[in-house]
Amino acid sequence: MSEVAEKIKEPLFSKKNRKLITDPLTDNNPVTVQVLGICSALAITVQVMQGVVMGASVIFVLVAGNLIISLLRNLIPSKIRIIVQLVIVASLVIIVNEVLKAFMPDVSEKLSVFVGLIITNCIIMGRFEAFAMANKPWPSILDGVGNGVGYAGLLILVAVFRELFGSGSLMGYPIFGSPIPTADNPLGTGLYSMGYMNNNMMILPPMALIIVGIIIWIQRSRNKDLIETH
Amino acid sequence: MESTLDIFVKAIFSENMIFAYFLGMCSYLAVSKTVKTAVGLGAAVIFVLVVTVPVNYLLENYLLKAGALEWMGAEYANINLSFLSFIMFIAVVASIVQLVEMLVEKFAPALYGALGIFLPLIAVNCSILGGALFMQDRQYSTLLDATAFSLGSGIGWFIAIVAIAAIREKIRYSNVPPALRGLGITFIITGLMGMAFMSFMGIKYGKDKKEDKAATGMIDKAAPAVKTAKAITIKNEIND
Repeated sequence: MSEVAEKIKEPLFSKKNRKLITDPLTDNNPVTVQVLGICSALAITVQVMQGVVMGASVIFVLVAGNLIISLLRNLIPSKIRIIVQLVIVASLVIIVNEVLKAFMPDVSEKLSVFVGLIITNCIIMGRFEAFAMANKPWPSILDGVGNGVGYAGLLILVAVFRELFGSGSLMGYPIFGSPIPTADNPLGTGLYSMGYMNNNMMILPPMALIIVGIIIWIQRSRNKDLIETH
Repeated sequence: MESTLDIFVKAIFSENMIFAYFLGMCSYLAVSKTVKTAVGLGAAVIFVLVVTVPVNYLLENYLLKAGALEWMGAEYANINLSFLSFIMFIAVVASIVQLVEMLVEKFAPALYGALGIFLPLIAVNCSILGGALFMQDRQYSTLLDATAFSLGSGIGWFIAIVAIAAIREKIRYSNVPPALRGLGITFIITGLMGMAFMSFMGIKYGKDKKEDKAATGMIDKAAPAVKTAKAITIKNEIND
């Protein structure tokens, strides 16, 4: 009974619930602080579009999964909980994959195996274990939204740097002019006519790691509490 | 057609799980503080990859792929169950890990002592499922090729985690800026190691030698980044 009473008393967006959403965006970011979900975060950040689609997919899987796990939390025997969680995630990811294949075949092609790898994205299992298994459905949804958005935000931030400096465009739209030489402009148009060149290094996999490393550096210089001893 | 040896060497170096695809990064970062645990986890990953990828290969080719059910009779020939592959692969990985754990505990207690704690972790390691999905994506023609790919990937992952663990053990004695300590510096070192590993992309494989010069280097439709890199190489060559 006390549980029900508490539920009514607590407003939908109480301070505690708001914290569930805002914390993962900054000081408890799933990628840079909790170190979850790095696998896919780095591989698909070559273009902003892929980052947006991947972020949206993860938000959907995380919110829906958190809700389902939270509703089932008292029914799942703890010994086989990993397998139950995996089956739930896998079903949700199949839905995402089929939707992407049907409506965004180009992006789906580019993401290739990484859509499937959402199943083993540590963010999902990590939040199930750490939050949804022990909390009521509504806070679990909020936790899913917060962590999903924190993950998507970082993904897009990395992708913006990589696409802007690697290909000179954002979401596929050229920002710095066109690098393709024409008869009038042997170097291309816009910035390229002044001799600017795309940094091909940014497109290659190692740069993603270095950009995330720099983001972590900036974040920890601003918030000293996050600094590790070693 | 790529030879089995090509697939094996490629999986270790130019298509390294960590440095080219970032698969299994979570456990790579979490369990690389000392060389000893890194060796344990690396060995467990090789082991599980070599067991699960061939099983998933058989599943893919005799159950899931479009037309794979033909062996049951002509009327099953146009069934395509490939949308079930995610759930099948992850179920196979999770149950094989569980089985392997029990078998190792029963028959090789010493090995269990060394690998034991890492085995459950591996069920959710991206590199295992990633191995299965790449195998599906690349459509290896024989079971031997798929096994060579899984062994190569496992060894590549092992090399990566042992190398980073060794570097992290040494870096404890250096003066890293406080905000970069731990995670930050590990990311940056991994990036630098990735750059070093990219030099392996120059390896000439049997297949490439026969084709014209523009197509040398790293070929894989599954990796957008690598594909772009190839496009750049080709562009540069044309410019030259």
